[in-house]
Amino acid sequence: MTSSKLDARIPEGHMAEKWSKYRSTVHLVNPANKRHLEVIVVGSGLAGASAASSLAELGYKVKVFCFQDSARRAHSIAAQGGINAAKNYQNDGDSVYRLFYDTVKGGDYRSREANVHRLSEVSGNIIDQCVAQGVPFAREYGGLLSNRSFGGTQVQRTFYAAGQTGQQLLLGAYSALMRQVGMGTVTMYARHEMLDIVNIDGKCRGIIARNLITGELERHFGHAVLLCSGGYGNVFFLSTNAMGSNVTAAWKAHKKGAFFGNPCYTQIHPTCIPVSGDHQSKLTLMSESLRNDGRIWVPKKKEDAEAIRAGKLNPNDLKPEDRDYYLERRYPAFGNLVPRDVASRAAKERCDAGYGVNATGEAVFLDFAYNMKYRYGKVEATKQGIENPTEQQLFDFGKEVVKEKYGNLFDMYKQITGVDPYYNPMMIYPAVHYTMGGLWVDYNLMTTVPGLYALGEANFSDHGANRLGASALMQGLADGYFVIPYTIGDYLSHEIGTKAISTDHEAFVEAENGVKEKLNQLMNVKGTKSVDHFHKKLGKIMWEKCGMARNAAGLKEAITEIQELRKQFWADVRIPGGLNEFNPELEKAGRVADFLELGELMCMDALQRNESCGGHFREEYQTEEGEAMRDDENFAFVSAWERTGDNQWTMHKEELKFEYIKIAQRSYK
Amino acid sequence: MNITLKVWRQKNNNERGRFETYQVKDVSPDMSFLEMFDVLNEDLITEGKEPIAFDHDCREGICGMCSMYINGRPHGPLQGVTTCQLHMRSFKDGDTIVVEPWRAAAFPVIKDLAVDRTSFDRIMAAGGFVSVNTGNAQDANSILIPKTDADLAFEAAACIGCGACVAACKNSSAMLFVSAKVSQLALLPQGQVERHERVIKMVNQMDEEGFGSCTNTGACEAECPKNISVENIARLNREYLSAKIAK
Repeated sequence: MTSSKLDARIPEGHMAEKWSKYRSTVHLVNPANKRHLEVIVVGSGLAGASAASSLAELGYKVKVFCFQDSARRAHSIAAQGGINAAKNYQNDGDSVYRLFYDTVKGGDYRSREANVHRLSEVSGNIIDQCVAQGVPFAREYGGLLSNRSFGGTQVQRTFYAAGQTGQQLLLGAYSALMRQVGMGTVTMYARHEMLDIVNIDGKCRGIIARNLITGELERHFGHAVLLCSGGYGNVFFLSTNAMGSNVTAAWKAHKKGAFFGNPCYTQIHPTCIPVSGDHQSKLTLMSESLRNDGRIWVPKKKEDAEAIRAGKLNPNDLKPEDRDYYLERRYPAFGNLVPRDVASRAAKERCDAGYGVNATGEAVFLDFAYNMKYRYGKVEATKQGIENPTEQQLFDFGKEVVKEKYGNLFDMYKQITGVDPYYNPMMIYPAVHYTMGGLWVDYNLMTTVPGLYALGEANFSDHGANRLGASALMQGLADGYFVIPYTIGDYLSHEIGTKAISTDHEAFVEAENGVKEKLNQLMNVKGTKSVDHFHKKLGKIMWEKCGMARNAAGLKEAITEIQELRKQFWADVRIPGGLNEFNPELEKAGRVADFLELGELMCMDALQRNESCGGHFREEYQTEEGEAMRDDENFAFVSAWERTGDNQWTMHKEELKFEYIKIAQRSYK
Repeated sequence: MNITLKVWRQKNNNERGRFETYQVKDVSPDMSFLEMFDVLNEDLITEGKEPIAFDHDCREGICGMCSMYINGRPHGPLQGVTTCQLHMRSFKDGDTIVVEPWRAAAFPVIKDLAVDRTSFDRIMAAGGFVSVNTGNAQDANSILIPKTDADLAFEAAACIGCGACVAACKNSSAMLFVSAKVSQLALLPQGQVERHERVIKMVNQMDEEGFGSCTNTGACEAECPKNISVENIARLNREYLSAKIAK
């Protein structure tokens, strides 16, 4: 049963008509009234920048907050591989339905059909918009846009700009945002961190933000507040997220009434550079697009794996028949392009079985040699009319092609590891990358707090239990450019009579005092250990017990350990410096304090979900072949957690109904 | 490896700064430069001292937030590499390394190694965009762009806005940064309508922010972590001149 507290507000009608009908009938705000309505946007990544610029273009008064020194730094910038859109430019059978289907299936049937369909419908508009802004996507010689393949699909629908697609899309959205800043319709607050929301009469009416340079607390009013603050992968300490990425904005909102959806759904990305030592501060992704041309393998024989680990055997010398291309072996239909959760688990399985190839035994090979020479090298040789090319010629030709496609990634790999991937296979291992869970939102992207919205990775809505590659950029921009400009009207059309509320209102005073008290509490612990000390410990618990594989016993232990660690943190953390100055340690401390609460909720969510689906793999629930085993009868729901007291929660369920897709065992074989 | 660091410490923009010397022991060659700073900061915190403030975020060379001036060179000794992607294997045991913030009037120091680069945002707000509202766009493939132009535009668009070009320049000129955006849009059909207006507004804003003039020494290109070419500056000059003539 869906909880009475959750109303997803999905429009009536056939799936293909819901969104167009909604757009034609949703309440509008006339331009004269828009000028008096204020919207606060927290976060300036793809979702935040696109929402802020689009709303400002419509005439709303917008304020944007980000903790970085410029809106252009948001972590969307680091997305590498691409953005999906159902354009069918390749004439390979793509359609809105197929993108919708792939996304629901890829999410292991744990996402909301209506939201995903809308996402697919607007995907094409995103590419149009970005091109119009001057985003330099990759092109073919005829001047048309180029596409490539990503995991979990059999069509080529991914648009890209080398390995810097996120950067180019974000700079496009940033330029649209800066245009509005220049026109005075958006006010930008960089180096500001949101530390609470302000609710008045049951509606969200503003935020408390800390100026990170002066330490001053500021009150800001808004008729509506949009949280576009990204995901919470840094709860694991080591992840591909930026150092500053955090859950704080979403978590403060959660504590003020916004339900948290599916917190246990975490994406572990299969192709990251392995951990090199204890000093490691973050992990670096090697784009999924590399799996187009790279083949993943480990040695077939354990003794070969041992020899490679010991540095006695050069992997280039291992014969093809002695290599286990385990993805191609296990999943012949999708091969190296299975979805991320499947690829990650398969790598773990091989390494756990003793076939890992680096010193720690936690790495597999991603090898380009074959495609470089025999695919691209041969094509180039043929183009140049060379009938019997030498191995060296094939290599040289192929290298140029690979360089053009992935040059920056290869350079990055070499820079970090000191090994040149043109000549040696890359070593990769799964790492935390993205969080499918997030604030629960309805079809309008509104949380359970009226007037408070969550967009992009900060919400839970579109990716179910596993996100497909190149779909995060699509969702962030869909929410910001093409969804919120319509859905916010449904709320704000009822707010045209609401005058701007003075920030002297008691609710603002109370919220600011609460923030002040928490900051003082942190500064006054005056303990002996750094913030990172606790963050690393939390990360270790989460990775070992709530990571790629989970089980009930481990999750129960993790909950106790996190509770204990939280106590230690509040008794022994040391934050140097002062409150009223630029103090990065204090910023970190506040974020880690929130992670220490979130971690517990993630474990609770993972513990209640007695099934395996997507990124959530419970060891107790697997098939004989080691594949995830869903329980659709009992778990086809979104878990939405309501906070009822200090680290006390009640779970609500939103039943998932699949009307347009037949729910089935996910197979990529 | 054992490293000696001489680091610029400055409490805030109003107070005078000074160099402080630190010893960092047991540095692994696989550490990034910033990870070495993490280790040093951890030590400082344990000793009850204030850690060194520095800007950083993505640590994979793309956000443009890290900004150290290392042994007299922005982002350190390597070509085409940001500080966060610089690893300690580029140094030797026993080395002394001097670390300063970006030095430019238009980039005031906030604390220690962190500076204020919002002047770049204001230049972008003055004209670094195509004026197209959401929803106005035509089908993406109806705009054909020769691959060579698209590639050149992409190379210019790869700028991460870190400010190394300004820090490297003896005049603290922001010409490479501004020219990268002007070039990207001047090379593409989408940028043509506002071509003249854009370059004039961006250059005016650049001057207003207090950046110096370009004297074609090319230090910016040599130190740019994304290898943005000075050819973009030549293009900016052409664009500016033709915009002025057209006016």
